[in-house]
Amino acid sequence: MSDHEGWFAGLDPDDRVGAVERVRAGGTGTPAEWPDLAVASGFAADADEYYEKLHEATTTAAREQVRERERADDQQLKHGIRAMDDARRTANELAERVAEWAGSRDDDAGTGVAYARELAESTPPGDGGDAGNSGGDADDPGERLRALAARTAALADEADELERFVETAAHDVAPNLAAMAGPVLAARLISLAGGLEALAKMPSSTVQVLGAEEALFAHLRGSAPSPKHGVIFTHEYVRGTPEDERGSAARALAGKLTIAARVDRYSGERRPELDAELDERIRTIRTRGDGS
Amino acid sequence: MSLPEGVERRAFDGTERFATRGEPVYGEPTDGPWRAWNPHRSKLGAMLELGLDTGLVGGETTLYLGAAAGTTVSHVADFAGPTYAVEFAARPMRDLLDAAESRPRLYPLLADARSPEEYAHVVEPVDVVVQDVATRGQAAVATTNARFLREDGRLLVAIKARSEDVTRDPEGIFEDALAELRAAYEVLETERLAPYHDDHLGVVARPVDGR
Repeated sequence: MSDHEGWFAGLDPDDRVGAVERVRAGGTGTPAEWPDLAVASGFAADADEYYEKLHEATTTAAREQVRERERADDQQLKHGIRAMDDARRTANELAERVAEWAGSRDDDAGTGVAYARELAESTPPGDGGDAGNSGGDADDPGERLRALAARTAALADEADELERFVETAAHDVAPNLAAMAGPVLAARLISLAGGLEALAKMPSSTVQVLGAEEALFAHLRGSAPSPKHGVIFTHEYVRGTPEDERGSAARALAGKLTIAARVDRYSGERRPELDAELDERIRTIRTRGDGS
Repeated sequence: MSLPEGVERRAFDGTERFATRGEPVYGEPTDGPWRAWNPHRSKLGAMLELGLDTGLVGGETTLYLGAAAGTTVSHVADFAGPTYAVEFAARPMRDLLDAAESRPRLYPLLADARSPEEYAHVVEPVDVVVQDVATRGQAAVATTNARFLREDGRLLVAIKARSEDVTRDPEGIFEDALAELRAAYEVLETERLAPYHDDHLGVVARPVDGR
């Protein structure tokens, strides 16, 4: 399917399987008068028939996708979030290397992934004095640097793609947890616990300090205060709460997240009232913190 | 404000409520072919209940973003024309598919409303875009989907403050969202959706050129 074509373009009017595939595949970013075009191209006799076919193709496609997505499991999500973290960390490390290298060649060199992307997209300096096509010269340090920058940018793109995958998968695997924690934190908790079932079986005091194992064991050895929060610190309800009430906020959040994980594991129904209960609890904790 | 054709005020258990004609979807009370439209469960229902001038007359071609389990979009499909329902999550889509079964002009699309290229090859230009998505960047979703609206079309969006930032004052969030919307729309009317939905702003807008 080319850029500006509808889902029916070039399809045999009786090809139902093909129609479903086309609906699923996506394509142009530009809408058009598809019903008129479909009738004009002979895909449907009239608008009514077009809409009938559209209904069959879209419902069948959505049903297939739901079935596939519901097979999405917590283990895939776990690998996804870990890969996302690895890809992002590595991209940042490589970006630092690129910046350091580039700084040795150009005083105006920038930093970060954004600079690596800029460098990757820049054209090699056409000074003409060098050995002809310096652009493809494997021994040219400038070319090696540009190639490294291109890989860095590509890796950062993959991290973004992985995040997108994590967002989708988290909502499918654990809708309540994802709604309450945000998809990325939901995935982190599942990943740290080792799976949704393991997370659902944890006491909320464990969920509260997931990701803070080092601090927890230091505390258990008797050499440190108990950690107030682990990875749930990234949640606005912990981070945005004044420090002296943060422990309470973390405990309240962990409690509701644990319930959300249990609902997701054992029932799967979406329960929006859980979010409301948590909102209310945090509001109370924060007002208390204001000293009012 | 006049009601769109196909939406009526009817008495259910002695209370006047909006209703549309269609198969029940979420256990709502029915009266013959009519089923009550619960404004507490539907942002668009609340917008109608609060008297916003939605410009709806009935029979419109509609793109619904954030269809979820189909609570609202089923009512829309009852009185509108061809209705394209975009939903991102698989689980609610299962219920939406049930709602679509008895509604031949309701087209469910499992896609991300932030990426129109996933569904623009299916969705024709529409008279109305209804948006109720609970993700960050709700204004960006509305502007990127402006491409689907006909020149004289309407955007009906419910902006949920909590989806943008749970800690910020909703008023500031709404101001930012409206400012962002103005890149592609002229905002015609806004109204808080309380008491039906806390910290939601209902917005009616029309597309401007150069979107």
